[in-house]
Amino acid sequence: MTETPIFDEMWGRDQTLRQPYASFNSWLETEDTARLRAKQREAEELFRLSGITFNVYGRAEAEERLIPFDIIPRIISGREWQRLTRGIEQRVRAINAFLHDIYHRQEIVRAGRLPAEMIARNEAFLPQMIGVTPPGGIYTHIVGIDLVRTGDDEFFVLEDNARTPSGVSYMLENRETMLQMFPELFSRNRVQPVQNYPRDLCTSLMACAPDMQRANPAVAVLTPGIYNSAYFEHAFLADQMGVELVEGHDLRVVDGRVAMRTTEGYKAIDVLYRRVDDDFLDPLNFNPESALGVPGIMDVYRAGGITIANAPGTGIADDKAIYSYMPDIVEFYTGEKAILKNVPTWRCSDPDSLAYVLDNLSDLVVKEVHGSGGYGMLIGPTATKKELREFAKKLKARPGNYIAQPTLSLSTVPIFTNKGLAPRHVDLRPFVLMSPGGINVTPGGLTRVALKKGSLVVNSSQGGGTKDTWVLED
Amino acid sequence: MRLSIKHATRYRFDTPLTYGLQQLRKTPKSSNGQHVLDWVTRIEGGKREVSFEDHHNNVVELISFDRGTTELEVVSEGLVTIDDTSGIVGPHRGPAPLWLYARPTDRTRVGPATRKLLRGIDGDSDLARLHALSAAISEAVVYLVGASEATWTAEDALNAGEGVCQDHTHVFLACARELGFPARYVSGYLLMDGQVRQDAMHAWGEAHVEGLGWVGFDASNGISPDARYVRVATGLDYADAAPVTGLQVGGHGEALRVDIAVQQQ
Amino acid sequence: MLGKTANGLFWMYRYLERAENTSRLIETGQRIALTRLGDGDEEWESVLQTAGMASGFHAHNEELGKDAAIDWMLRARENPSAVRSTIGAARQNARLVRTALTGEVWEAMNRAYMGSEERLARRVSERDLPRVLGLVRQGTALVRGATLGTMLRNDMYDFARLGTFLERADNTARILDVKYYVLLPGMSAVGSSIDNVQWETILRSVSARGGFRMEYGGAVEPRNIAQFLILDKRMPRSLAFCAVKLRDNLGYLASNYGTRPQSLEMADALVRRLLTHDIEAVFDFGLHEYIEEVIGALGTLGRQIEIDFRFYE
Repeated sequence: MTETPIFDEMWGRDQTLRQPYASFNSWLETEDTARLRAKQREAEELFRLSGITFNVYGRAEAEERLIPFDIIPRIISGREWQRLTRGIEQRVRAINAFLHDIYHRQEIVRAGRLPAEMIARNEAFLPQMIGVTPPGGIYTHIVGIDLVRTGDDEFFVLEDNARTPSGVSYMLENRETMLQMFPELFSRNRVQPVQNYPRDLCTSLMACAPDMQRANPAVAVLTPGIYNSAYFEHAFLADQMGVELVEGHDLRVVDGRVAMRTTEGYKAIDVLYRRVDDDFLDPLNFNPESALGVPGIMDVYRAGGITIANAPGTGIADDKAIYSYMPDIVEFYTGEKAILKNVPTWRCSDPDSLAYVLDNLSDLVVKEVHGSGGYGMLIGPTATKKELREFAKKLKARPGNYIAQPTLSLSTVPIFTNKGLAPRHVDLRPFVLMSPGGINVTPGGLTRVALKKGSLVVNSSQGGGTKDTWVLED
Repeated sequence: MRLSIKHATRYRFDTPLTYGLQQLRKTPKSSNGQHVLDWVTRIEGGKREVSFEDHHNNVVELISFDRGTTELEVVSEGLVTIDDTSGIVGPHRGPAPLWLYARPTDRTRVGPATRKLLRGIDGDSDLARLHALSAAISEAVVYLVGASEATWTAEDALNAGEGVCQDHTHVFLACARELGFPARYVSGYLLMDGQVRQDAMHAWGEAHVEGLGWVGFDASNGISPDARYVRVATGLDYADAAPVTGLQVGGHGEALRVDIAVQQQ
Repeated sequence: MLGKTANGLFWMYRYLERAENTSRLIETGQRIALTRLGDGDEEWESVLQTAGMASGFHAHNEELGKDAAIDWMLRARENPSAVRSTIGAARQNARLVRTALTGEVWEAMNRAYMGSEERLARRVSERDLPRVLGLVRQGTALVRGATLGTMLRNDMYDFARLGTFLERADNTARILDVKYYVLLPGMSAVGSSIDNVQWETILRSVSARGGFRMEYGGAVEPRNIAQFLILDKRMPRSLAFCAVKLRDNLGYLASNYGTRPQSLEMADALVRRLLTHDIEAVFDFGLHEYIEEVIGALGTLGRQIEIDFRFYE
């Protein structure tokens, strides 16, 4: 489907410098490769020292690894961003309304816009949330929307992350690193700041406290612990917000609240930003084997004694099968057409779609409905014959477990390599905060880049890197 | 009928308890034909942390054990009046959607033994088929106190051929759902002839029948519930409706005594 | 602050201190071996004992030798108290309490860890040993420097200090516990070269040769060594100095929290015991018994701190 050349965000389709990169390019022309190479090494040293690492799962020792950082920024104009922001806000508002509806009257099912079995047969649907309205009516306090770009004004939503989207620490540290290394760039370009994110996050969480009367609600970040792949981020956010970083065993139910064990005794928590999955959140109510959770926290939650962010059960909204209904969902709850496009999606549970997908497997990307991190997916165009055959077998065995999408020709942005600049495919995860006070989209986000030439896989666990993402003030 | 109920549960531990929580679902619901006139729960050796109504409209109380306690006593008692409605509880009321009760659970998954039992079920109306099912269950699973484990599934009970009311109910739920009826577990009290003291609560099933709403079936006794049945908690299976779900640290050498008294006033 | 965080800080600084002390013991051991006055291998046995690593060593090693002993104390994975293990453990705790540390402390800790991992990845040759040990201590000293220079003097700092001084007191006490007999009066001919080596070993293993010279000049008297290491309030590794620090930091915590924890009473008692005696009374009581009692008191104090400040459940 790609006869036209790939869209490069710096050089367009026809090697004409695009406007947002104009000032950056004139700077770049005065830089020599040796200095940039030294800067690239310096950046790596900075990351290593600050310990911005992620742990790799499935290894004997919890190995800490750096996510490669590329020093060439990805630049988005203010005008482009404004349009994106409108689309993101609309989508997040719809997701929140959808969650409220699904756990209450299910009007969307009654109206025939979403088949009941999409909910009934969905593992991410949490019966314990039925009839529960979270404090402030907010389900998704923090959302990450994964976007890809295919052209000048062509953005698609690849995935909604409504559970515990990660990566925001990289957005912040990438900017910090760029500011340290290239201060001159920031005086030449008016880049919108991302550094307010931790403060905004804290304010936003506090605004969702269960008891609006209480001044200075206590916020804490719940982490699965130092062996979790995103532990660094949990510690980073707690540190930046100036709140406690707690683990399940620091918490217990005391006097009808969830409280943390401090050196002076138990102290109640109002808002818990949890980075622990639903299933592990409460051994009394969910997985009894979980050592990461807090027994009874769901009881306190249902009795209105604590805010859990994001609310339990939000996974139903970022399910890949539900994703295919997002345009309908947006329209149903906002009364407007969706501003951001969905990637066309075949639900393999539908026999006709399955047949189409099997016939066209080598042109498609097939993903697991509940998968994440790029695992368990098939990229048709780059798969071997054997891989295709084996995946077809899996598809036929459990069609309901998969969706398929066309391979998009993702935009590229230059990265710095040993041989100078070279284009690589990217995606973008903007971070969205939601509170009764409104929706806040941080100008920027996490740009993930596939470091291998031609590769479309940007996941850090599979050889992806990151870049600083600039949104310019026009 | 007017029943007075007293349900006492006492735990003793040889070594003091470090930490413990219990989720109680012991408060009868007011519903069609059943009115709770008065109900209290007293706790000794622990305290009530929170209470709320869950998605099955069960009153849930979370209690914590006092640190270092070696004894915990929970006494629930009160008065309930019940009309005989021939087991009909009536229309479904939320918040849980009706389809939720059509989903199988781990304990009520259909297997070979369930399918075999279902092959013999026949009847010319929904009610007739459900009554036939209830009768077939009491035949296939002989009521025998102590025969089963609390963790048994419907299949386990059918394969063993014996069990208690919990097992009868799980088999009923598995089969009724397979027949297309939304179905739920009910835990409750039962007034027994000539016997006031009991050492366990009772359990039976309810299926949702078009036109009637929820209808109860007690396979253990081969009847639909009448004015002697007090509905306490409902759910998809035992796990949702259990009178006590607990978690504790320390407190070895646990001894449990349950005393239930149900009498007509 | 969280009980877990207090625990993490306490142990982070305990491990840092332990890494330094162990590296100092290794250095001392090597130094004595070079003087060839004592029986080298026997001396390593005593070094291992001082470090509290003798039984672990013998469980994993057939024969006692210089190289094996150094490797065991420096970098053996199976030895949780080896320099490399303790720096790793300090960093692990630092990760746990990342939110309680300033960026500079965290980076210094990370740097110390990366340096240790790199330098101790392979066996260290005898020739490189002094340099490597120096670099290791430089790494941990940077963490301490960043701590002093950037951390707020609040309860977090107090727990960091408690860990430091409890470990340090314990280390000094253990050195005295193993070597007490060379300090006893009339045990050997005064001024024999063997004794001189032993005395110097003790001073070296607490980095006290310079301080001791300033205080007592060139004449090395066992009584003075005992006085210096046990009762001198100005000597930063003496038992009295550490005890005063422990009491002071517990005192800050108590006034900060508005409580009077039992651990403060214990530290107070320890200070009184160490400061109201003179060295004659210590020898009268029995140097060995006295040290044993102090070691016991330090252990009890550590456990009481855990309870008072809810380190665990």
